[in-house]
Amino acid sequence: MSSQPNTPTPLDLEAIRARLADAKGPEFWRSLEQVAETEEFRSFLDNEFTQGTSEWTNPVSRRRLLELMGASLGLAGLTACTKQPPEKIVPYVTQPEDIVPGKPLFFATALPVSGFGDGVLVESHMGRPTKIEGNPNHPASLGSTGVYHQSAALGLYDPDRSQSVLREGRNSTWQRFQESLNLLREELLASKGAGFRLLTETVTSPTLAALIREFLATYPEARWHQYEPVNRGAVHAGTKLAFGEAVSPVYHVDKADIIVALDADFLTAGPGAVRYSRDFASRRKPENMNRLYAVEPTPSLTGGVADHRLALNSADVDSFARALAAKVGVAVTSGATKAPAVWVDAIAKDLNAHKGTSLVVAGEHQPAAVHALAAAMNAALGNIGTTVTYIEPVEADASDQMASLAQLTADMAAGKVTSILIAGANPLYNAPPDLKFAEALRSVKLRMRLGEYDDETSAVCHWQVPMAHPLESWGDLRSYDGTVTLQQPLIAPLYEGKTAIEVISVLLNRAGRELRDVVKENWAGQLKRDDFDNFWEKSKHDGMIAGTASAPRAVTLNKDLGAQLPAAPASGAEVVIRPCPSVYDGRYTNNAWLQELPRPLTKITWDNAVLISPKMASSYKVQNGDILEVKAGGRSVKGPAWILPGQAEETITVHLGYGRTRHGKVANNVGFDAGKLQSKADPWRVAGASIGKTGDWYELAITHNHHSMEGREIVRFATVDEYKAKPDFAQAHDKGHELFNMYPEFEYKSYSWGMSIDLNACTGCNACTIACQAENNISVVGRDQVIREREMHWIRVDRYFEGSLDDPSIHHQPVPCMHCDNAPCENVCPVAATSHSGEGLNQMTYNRCVGTRYCSNNCPYKVRRFNFFRYADWETESFYNLRNPNVSVRSRGVMEKCTYCVQRINVARIEAEKEDRKIRDGEVITACQSVCPAQAITFGDMNDPNSKIAKLKKDSRDYGLLAEINTRPRTTYLAKLRNPNPELEKAKPAAGAHHA
Amino acid sequence: MAQIFRPSTNAFAKGSIAAGLAVVAGLGAALFAFARSPYVSNAEVTVEQPVMFTHKHHVAGIGLDCRYCHTSVETSAFAGIPPTETCMSCHSQIWADAPILEPVRESFRSGKSLEWTRVHDLPGFVFFNHSIHVAKGMSCAVCHGRVDQMPLVHQQNTLFMEWCLDCHRAPEKYIRPKDQVFNMEYTPSEPQSVIGARLVAEYKVRKLTDCSVCHR
Repeated sequence: MSSQPNTPTPLDLEAIRARLADAKGPEFWRSLEQVAETEEFRSFLDNEFTQGTSEWTNPVSRRRLLELMGASLGLAGLTACTKQPPEKIVPYVTQPEDIVPGKPLFFATALPVSGFGDGVLVESHMGRPTKIEGNPNHPASLGSTGVYHQSAALGLYDPDRSQSVLREGRNSTWQRFQESLNLLREELLASKGAGFRLLTETVTSPTLAALIREFLATYPEARWHQYEPVNRGAVHAGTKLAFGEAVSPVYHVDKADIIVALDADFLTAGPGAVRYSRDFASRRKPENMNRLYAVEPTPSLTGGVADHRLALNSADVDSFARALAAKVGVAVTSGATKAPAVWVDAIAKDLNAHKGTSLVVAGEHQPAAVHALAAAMNAALGNIGTTVTYIEPVEADASDQMASLAQLTADMAAGKVTSILIAGANPLYNAPPDLKFAEALRSVKLRMRLGEYDDETSAVCHWQVPMAHPLESWGDLRSYDGTVTLQQPLIAPLYEGKTAIEVISVLLNRAGRELRDVVKENWAGQLKRDDFDNFWEKSKHDGMIAGTASAPRAVTLNKDLGAQLPAAPASGAEVVIRPCPSVYDGRYTNNAWLQELPRPLTKITWDNAVLISPKMASSYKVQNGDILEVKAGGRSVKGPAWILPGQAEETITVHLGYGRTRHGKVANNVGFDAGKLQSKADPWRVAGASIGKTGDWYELAITHNHHSMEGREIVRFATVDEYKAKPDFAQAHDKGHELFNMYPEFEYKSYSWGMSIDLNACTGCNACTIACQAENNISVVGRDQVIREREMHWIRVDRYFEGSLDDPSIHHQPVPCMHCDNAPCENVCPVAATSHSGEGLNQMTYNRCVGTRYCSNNCPYKVRRFNFFRYADWETESFYNLRNPNVSVRSRGVMEKCTYCVQRINVARIEAEKEDRKIRDGEVITACQSVCPAQAITFGDMNDPNSKIAKLKKDSRDYGLLAEINTRPRTTYLAKLRNPNPELEKAKPAAGAHHA
Repeated sequence: MAQIFRPSTNAFAKGSIAAGLAVVAGLGAALFAFARSPYVSNAEVTVEQPVMFTHKHHVAGIGLDCRYCHTSVETSAFAGIPPTETCMSCHSQIWADAPILEPVRESFRSGKSLEWTRVHDLPGFVFFNHSIHVAKGMSCAVCHGRVDQMPLVHQQNTLFMEWCLDCHRAPEKYIRPKDQVFNMEYTPSEPQSVIGARLVAEYKVRKLTDCSVCHR
């Protein structure tokens, strides 16, 4: 028998569709394979690990293996008797004042995502940053972060970062580079900067912006360009249309009763997403539920949590917005829309009934017209000032980045550019190919690059200078609402990285100034306070400068908007290009945590795919994994197909960030470069797309069939009305099971830890998975091992589809260890490596574990993870610094799983005992709980009747996963609620009535 | 034909069975003894250090408190090894030219740390916290022995898990009044069986024997 299925059983999509349509009750499914009950899916379900996971598959024969084992048995036994190697203690010569060995320090700083800074607190052990937490006082964070902030710790220690100054590929020094810059400076002084260009990514930093302005004043002929693929160009162009000036919207999601998302994934992507997610969750409580409508071409997480989701081509979002705008009092003429009329009518009615408490959000990848319409609708509905405010753009220069890059390219091609400094941007990889940037750049005489990696752009530059990581540098960034967020270094640059400020300073003949002083002096000049020094110290401590959030601008709607709107794009087959939810636009592609993080809706790891709708798959007879050639706009890419339920029928979605050729060991040659399809006219959508099969097949590493719990009542949900009629709907299922226990009951005299996960708040953003990975030293296993179901995440987010194939509802469920009171794993361990603690934890003692895997086999939740190989990287020295010193690094042959962050419990217990008190409610915060933007996770002592967790456990929505098998899980869920619009519910084609 | 085996062979056979068993038992006992020997546990083994620092002189002779050098013992998991500066606060004046102290002066001059060899080395999967033990009336001397009588410090106990558990199961056997924790010469004023039980109750000492207290 072959150990691994080669090409899988073909799926019959029509049969799947029929099967789902026939379903009487709620039909939850994770994958098409599951509905079709293919052999591959049975193998995931029936076996603890997939075929071949636990078998010996190397060419060495079984007999030879036994021989080797016999020979090494005697020696193997003795390895336990080896002495520990002597260890050195290296104390300081002069002890720094604040450092107490063994106690971490936390520093407030800022991490950028596409230039926008979010406040974070960074845990530092003896000068080594190890873990990122949110800054509770920062408006964009409120204590939470997204996945990119979490993964920044790994990014810092990435051994593939550019490690030395390179001149034409050969090692050089910063000193030499400075000499070269000095020569350039003399030339620039003579020519007033003529022929010099600076290219950066989005700049929000006031200090850097001030320096650049000074630079441009000194060298008036020099020019500054900005470009990165994901920018706010469409937002600014749209608001300019609507209000006559470019402004940025800031949403107040908590004040909105009705929200319409026009292809906007505002809960998980874009500036302010963490805050919006928090505010949104605060309105998903049964007593004050908001209602979210999402209209989008490709399923997003925001669409997943929407009460009503309509799949519509990207091009048709525009006509939908026009039709909706016309009905809420905006003076536009609406043409035909592909959306069902009942949708437009019902949403318009709902919006009109909630003037001042509704909100229309347009997505960053939609063209300016949609942003203008969203702004106009907000104005017409009286939402401006309540649920949305408009502020001056946060970017230092909000002009159109694509136009800026096109101008630069044209100038270079025309020979007007003699020297260029590219600070951060990577246009060789991410500029639209029709610009022909690479050819133009090669004609520039002096090409200098400041970059974190020696990447595609560095390869064609004369100089490559390592750029400092945000955790290594002083600086300032502005947040989604304008708040100035201060950056302070957690560690000296590992590879002598420099910042843009330092390089530009050399050109202004101000080299050698401390970066810290540059930032401080800028603010001393800006703020002009008598108590500046004290104020500065406080601001650094808090991580931000208080009172710098932008004031709302008064805006008036352009009366002629209807006439000035560009024509709506033509509908039809299209390719939609989006940043990858895990590796973004390619800047995080070398981050293995992010690569292995299952993409939230497809559950694909380590790859991108061509996402197509089931109907398109049927008509082109495409199976999952078939390599397709996608043609659009005269360009084409090839990639594996993935059939995504909920995808708009004629839309093909591809994700950016892959196909890197020169980035690092993790990133290179992974996936295909979807950016090859982009055009400068509309980078996010190409009309007139077609797909063709190449005849090849590729196996994607997908986790959605892994760790399956079979078709039980796993996700429970109801509508708000159903909940009000029957508050205990979620528990009804468990009544009538007679549960008894042969073992004596445990007694919990001190604490009794428990967790509650609110499915109504969870958006499925994956932040918990990656925060857990960072906190608990969880290894990355790689694509090949993921295919074998060996991924190590302690908390996974299961994604369920429910209902029809083409228009399913989407549910997310984070699943950590349940810490059962009657834990099936504990009873079967032959060496008592997993045992029950007096505080209710299901403990995993690595040093006792001999790797029988009985526990994992017996776990109904499939939350145990086994180290089939030595996944932990002991060879790369920089990773030693990354690890949490309070958690063991596991080796081969050891089982591991969620510990409820027992290291944090122990710290809290010790501090409490020293102060002769009990641990306070909220004192132990697990990594997943702390990071969760929606605050879906609550942890605490169930013995304390006043604790938050004890109250949540009494909530009528509380239910245990598979509680009917009497495992008595300590992790329980709060059932999900929906708040549908009755008018749309009536119009819904008769899908099976969902569970209540 | 003569018998191959003479009657005395029976005795040999019986003897060899006994001898065989004895060899197996002996090997077992030897292995057991080896596993518990100082070679494995490092107990009582004196370790060489870059500077022949004597605790006996500094503690018993001069009367320095443990916390003069091990500053974080009451606040952190790690008791702390003094920075070179602490040594030099006295030795820039006293024994300022002593050849034995040259590595200390060299470290201070060059800014390069002294590298001490760890004497009490727990395995990587064990997480011990000094501060809570000290806070609950567990003296330095209970684990580290009479350091004030050791010229060169050595590990007094095995640091085996059973040794840890001996106290974690019955802390009353070793507990002291909190004000005697750093007193090397402490002897209980009443029998330990009386005072121990009383202090365990007074300090609310819990018998923490869950795996995850130390292993995580």
